[in-house]
Amino acid sequence: MQDKKTPERSIQRRTFLKGAALGLAATALPSRDAEASIWEAFFQKHFREMSEAEIRKVIGRLEQEYEQKYKKKITVGIEKPLPGVLFGYGLDLSRCIGCRRCVYGCVDENNQSKDPQIHWITVLRFKKGEKWVDLEESEKYYNPSAVPEEEYFYMPVQCQQCENPPCVRVCPTQATWKDEDGIVVIDYNWCIGCRYCMAACPYGARRFNWTDPGRKTEELNTETHYLGNRPRFKGVVEKCTFCIQRTRKEPGRYPACVEACPVGARKFGNLLDPMSEIRYAIEHKRVFRLKEDLNTNPKFYYFFAYGG
Amino acid sequence: MKKTIMTLLMLFGLLLSAATAAVRADTHEPDVPKKLFVPPPPFTPGIYPCSQCHAGMPVDRNPRKLQGMHDNIALKHMPGGWCFDCHNPNNRDTLRLANGKIVRFEESYNLCGQCHGTILREWKAGLHGKRTGMWNGEKQYLLCVHCHWPHDPKFKPIQPLPPPVRPSDIK
Amino acid sequence: MKNLIRNFFIAGRQVLIGDKTYYAWIAFLSVFILLGLSAYVDQLHRGLITTAMRDQASWGLYISNFTFLVGVAAAAVLLVIPAYLYNFKPIKEIVLFGELLAITAIIMCILFIMVDMGRPLRVWHILPFIGSMHFPSSLLAWDVVVLNGYLAINTIIVFYVLYQLSIGKEYKMSVIGPLIILSIPWAVSIHTVTAFLYNGLSARPFWNASILAPRFLASAFCSGPAIMLILFQLIRKKSDVEIDDRAIFKIAELIAYAMGLNLFLLGAEAFKEFYSGTIHSYPIEYLYFGLHGKTALVPWIWSATILNITAFFLFLFPRTRENFTTLNIGCIFVIIGVYIEKGMGLIVPGFVPDTLGEIYEYIPTTSEIVITMGIWALGAMLYTVLLKFAVPIYTGKLRFEMKEQKSYKASPS
Repeated sequence: MQDKKTPERSIQRRTFLKGAALGLAATALPSRDAEASIWEAFFQKHFREMSEAEIRKVIGRLEQEYEQKYKKKITVGIEKPLPGVLFGYGLDLSRCIGCRRCVYGCVDENNQSKDPQIHWITVLRFKKGEKWVDLEESEKYYNPSAVPEEEYFYMPVQCQQCENPPCVRVCPTQATWKDEDGIVVIDYNWCIGCRYCMAACPYGARRFNWTDPGRKTEELNTETHYLGNRPRFKGVVEKCTFCIQRTRKEPGRYPACVEACPVGARKFGNLLDPMSEIRYAIEHKRVFRLKEDLNTNPKFYYFFAYGG
Repeated sequence: MKKTIMTLLMLFGLLLSAATAAVRADTHEPDVPKKLFVPPPPFTPGIYPCSQCHAGMPVDRNPRKLQGMHDNIALKHMPGGWCFDCHNPNNRDTLRLANGKIVRFEESYNLCGQCHGTILREWKAGLHGKRTGMWNGEKQYLLCVHCHWPHDPKFKPIQPLPPPVRPSDIK
Repeated sequence: MKNLIRNFFIAGRQVLIGDKTYYAWIAFLSVFILLGLSAYVDQLHRGLITTAMRDQASWGLYISNFTFLVGVAAAAVLLVIPAYLYNFKPIKEIVLFGELLAITAIIMCILFIMVDMGRPLRVWHILPFIGSMHFPSSLLAWDVVVLNGYLAINTIIVFYVLYQLSIGKEYKMSVIGPLIILSIPWAVSIHTVTAFLYNGLSARPFWNASILAPRFLASAFCSGPAIMLILFQLIRKKSDVEIDDRAIFKIAELIAYAMGLNLFLLGAEAFKEFYSGTIHSYPIEYLYFGLHGKTALVPWIWSATILNITAFFLFLFPRTRENFTTLNIGCIFVIIGVYIEKGMGLIVPGFVPDTLGEIYEYIPTTSEIVITMGIWALGAMLYTVLLKFAVPIYTGKLRFEMKEQKSYKASPS
């Protein structure tokens, strides 16, 4: 898929940019105290174009930067997709009670900004018996004293990890792509913040860091992944990655939202494994995917375990 | 005589279950994992073993309003049911299936499965209920009774966590 | 080559010389540029939170202006076609100023994209060869190609023509002919690609209508020429440049046709949306009538519609078209009308309701407006400076000789 660029070309790029950047340096950046790492960050290549050694160097720099910034050791993983794995997700709408435990479980795990608030999961509430699949009549700010409410039902929405992702197609810099295990990831160091992907996403799944993310050091999850929950910075887009830092391991943990759900409405597993829970759901229940008419082919399946 | 019939029945049952297991293995249906990792049953603290009180007590099979230790139980499960539909009158530290088979509290799902068969099957497959742990390794199950209080099993409403901040309030 | 550079600097000196009005105008624009710059520095520092854009409406005023200005840039083609292909003399003489406007508009477009970016220093990531441009998949990559290409083509044409004029020679069609021919489809392409940028998003039914690109072009052929008509009148008032009334009236006539087409396409879209009344018509409903009590855009879009219809009739009848009062009123109507329709009127409803059905009414912040005004001021200054540079050469006041010696006669205006 990805065309590897020749080393010479990369070197050319670097020298060219260094020249160009020196000019910029005089005006745009604090040149005297400019740390080497600022320049390294500026010249950092696309994640998929880096060699193993280059990646290791970048990870070293990032971990150092994070430690300086947060006074805490944060490990940045670079686990590759597991062979023979295509992740899929199931959500049982007959059980979801709209309690938003998943929303906040996700925030705890994935180091989103708390101020300003960034949520990767949106829970929509619909009135029973009224039209709902177009989402137009949804309510996401509902706040009753207890859920579930008699006359409503709920539908959480997050990145649907499309097999045919419109966001990837439109990204002008290839900063977001679909990995072999089906997870759509973002290189936060390559994203230019044009937000074209946000316009393209039919599921409102992508979030932008409108300013520097605000989160207390003690609330940081220190187990991170380069393409996942490592601390982000202002001006880049982020979204759900199926908890890549947890799931892309052997053995790998369930995503945080799966574990946070008090009613067990969330299912996760390998679509290529016939014995997985997600396959069981697909084979035994009537599943549907959101906005199927758009042909995005999500790997996020909604189903009704009973009733429905 | 009775014993022989029972033994025969049990043997037949065993064969039957072995056969179904074989059939199941043929289909895509995941069977019970070799080991079910379930946390201990959620007993009210200090209440187990039940025999610490019940050992010397006479068995009262009459439905009535429970007093004392069990005054919190007003059975809202299985109309017309009573304690010994599930609890073993002969040894309170265990449960008993309708067919007389004794079941430990740690395997109470077998008891629930007597009526809720499809749910038991889906629970084993990982569809019903919550699983935690490793998606491709050791998974922790929860017992039915961790979420459904057996004497009133309907899931109780809970308070939702706060709604998101509105875009106009993000400054 | 040496000559060329030297001449360039001599001509450039013109930029510094002017009367009081000129200095006042430059000072006036500088105030806005500086205000915009300071707002931008703050935006760089704090991030785009200084804008009213949020996840629900992730594009706003900047992209609206970008879209409008692509149209303005594309419209230079309207002058090029009759000038070079049909040899319509009166237009041919002034085509240069249209192309200068195109250059200015493209540069403004680039600036609007830059201020909209979350990480502007990483802009090199989007470039081919040194970055990882997602071509041909991303329409934004296409836009980078076509906009920069258009900028290059127009810059080459303009500076070649100016250079030839400056040394007292007629430009050679054999040199710029192919470029001019190329610039015609290219101008169409910049606006088509920009339309496709929105058009290709199935997530946004308001944009995902095949009528979008034709509507873009039709409205661009109204707004761009309307701006030029006003500029031509200013240029001929302020300088020795002679612009034939016939050229102005001809362009006005073309605006009438373009506006007629634009209104027809709008009607076609409105019919489809409102008659079928599917859930996909919520955005247009929001735009024209409001949705769930949210009506921020309603007065704007109706004003735009009325202005456009009025302008259509003003340009349609020779009597009003050839009267400079009504002509100018028409121009201003078209500019405002299309600015609303192809700016905020196009971008904002793409996000209302958002893809999960939420309605967030985007209303730009002061910071956004100040930055936008700064870029407009910068554009105005750039165009002024370009004129200052080009007009003396164009009118023959500034001539260089081909010899090495600096024997030029310059009489600054």
